[in-house]
Amino acid sequence: MSLLSVKNLRIELSTRAGVAPVIDDLSFDLAAGEAISFVGESGCGKSMTALGLMGLLPEGIGRIAGGSITFDGEELTTASEARLRAIRGNDISMIFQEPMTSLNPVYTVGEQIAEVLREHQRLSRRAAWDMAAELLDAVRIPNAARRVSDYPFQMSGGQRQRVMIAMALACKPKILIADEPTTALDVTVQAQIFDLLRDLRRDIGSSIILITHDMGAVAEMADRVIVMYAGRKAELGPVETIISHPRHPYTKGLISCVPHIISPLTDAREELTEVPGIVPPLGEFGADACLFASRCAHVTDQCTSARPKPQMFEAQHEAECWHAEDL
Amino acid sequence: MTLLSVTDLSVHFPVRRQGLFRPRQFLRAVDQVSFDLPAGETLAIVGESGSGKTTAALAVARLVKAAGGSVKLDGLEILGTEGEALRQLRSTVQFIFQDPYSSLNPRRRAEELVREPLDSLTDKSPAEKQEIVDALFAAVGLRTEQQRLFPHQFSGGQRQRIGIARALATRPRLVICDEPVSALDVAVQAQILNLLRRLQEQFNLTYLFVSHDLGVVQHMSDTIAVMYMGRIVERADRMRLFNNPQHPYTAALLSAVPSVNAAARAAQKRILIPGDPPDPVDLPAGCRFANRCPLAREQCRTIEPDLTDTGAGHMAACHFPEETRTLRSPGVQTA
Repeated sequence: MSLLSVKNLRIELSTRAGVAPVIDDLSFDLAAGEAISFVGESGCGKSMTALGLMGLLPEGIGRIAGGSITFDGEELTTASEARLRAIRGNDISMIFQEPMTSLNPVYTVGEQIAEVLREHQRLSRRAAWDMAAELLDAVRIPNAARRVSDYPFQMSGGQRQRVMIAMALACKPKILIADEPTTALDVTVQAQIFDLLRDLRRDIGSSIILITHDMGAVAEMADRVIVMYAGRKAELGPVETIISHPRHPYTKGLISCVPHIISPLTDAREELTEVPGIVPPLGEFGADACLFASRCAHVTDQCTSARPKPQMFEAQHEAECWHAEDL
Repeated sequence: MTLLSVTDLSVHFPVRRQGLFRPRQFLRAVDQVSFDLPAGETLAIVGESGSGKTTAALAVARLVKAAGGSVKLDGLEILGTEGEALRQLRSTVQFIFQDPYSSLNPRRRAEELVREPLDSLTDKSPAEKQEIVDALFAAVGLRTEQQRLFPHQFSGGQRQRIGIARALATRPRLVICDEPVSALDVAVQAQILNLLRRLQEQFNLTYLFVSHDLGVVQHMSDTIAVMYMGRIVERADRMRLFNNPQHPYTAALLSAVPSVNAAARAAQKRILIPGDPPDPVDLPAGCRFANRCPLAREQCRTIEPDLTDTGAGHMAACHFPEETRTLRSPGVQTA
């Protein structure tokens, strides 16, 4: 049985122009110990999915309008706020994108990590503090026993992200959601953070949900990938299958529009494949048509008149495109 | 022909004194950086945050004050220029900024933004200016009717197109691109990179390209300078640098980039550089990279290596450049 099961999830945001479905009919399963990745451009609903799972949708603006989220047999969409508070940071925890702004500047990092432990594990002040130092050591901050009383401003970006990871892992969560955990960091630091996440996944056995826009990071970190476009699942499947044979033109574009490092490098320099245009505005979400049609090279009348049905392929690979068979 | 020639360029920032009678300390953000950039080509400066790549570019554009060295454009020294000569210089050296959201004045219409360099640096007639603005809008792929719009009515990619049109208004010879795509969405990056390469051909532009993204650098540049802690640690043409890096830091950077290709990922050996860079105000005695370098030995901790030619103009600041190869291929043993 899967650890997390999302069925026909619909999340609506109220905007000045009306209500828009930022997540439109999303279903997926996550097994224990599995790493799954969400990719797509900004505004495609990746972060909203994460916030929805955590019960952290912006109050009064976003709401779960339909579908179900089952975690370990428990329905989360109808759970009480108290119950969600007990789960958040304990069973499901999250690493946010901006290590610079998601730590509290007026508390030491030790106090911030200890707070999680005292809240969820009922540790004493003393025990929580010692545990915080151990956690900092586990995320490979040198001299952890001393650095635990540092304030966030005394640390580099990479170190702050490690503090965030230490905090997220404090209670050995069953699911770790990492929302663009390395976007603000340098490549060498990114590689260190990925190593760390891989090791921790192996040691603790947490499932990981990695949200990113970088196909390279997906290939490096995840078992399966969900490509999101305009609030909908464009494609889902094993990472290797999707990278070697994408069935949705958007996935294809996401892979080929980035100049990847070529090794060995030759003199040839091809033009990059462009995906013309941008993600449609929220007001156009939810239309009964393929939302990628305006940017797609394979568009036909069918694409603009009906929303594509999921097409199934080998190896649990599915794509929501009318032309998936031919691609 | 060399358009831009930079020799021993340094930029120092004063840091706060520790006590009233202590000597004033400086952070050497850019420390004796040298490179030549031939006309029509692209030189990329790569490095991680804090390496001094943007500061070096700003100093070339005379947007921060250099502490020493020389920057020659077409053989003419530009560091000491003042007054009218500096104004002339500004029209030949233009800048494309990283963040298209904060680098455009929100109260000006797109056409005014693009026209502004013409207003302040040239004395063309209004009709001539309008003609240039029209041509630029077409060249960067914006429609004429969009000239009347304000920045907030454009997407990020379109805003960067306005920034590019503005940089090209005075027909500059050197364009400095500071992370021109890193604030944009992945799919939009390709549009802007392709545009920059088309414009380079069309207007015979020379680019000084600052970026932290090695994939982008590999795609865009002819020569690459890798910076670490204010210094160039390696400088070579595109093929040599990527196929045969001579500095362990370059090799480590390359190995840290995630690859989508499973075979490449399996063949790639990750070179670990643990720890953080040293304190830039209080630099160690020897090589600045020594505390993280897998090849470091005694000599590296005492003597700072100079940037020297390792063959065919491939410059590296390392005492043991030939050993970098052993880091990359796991089979070869160090002699």
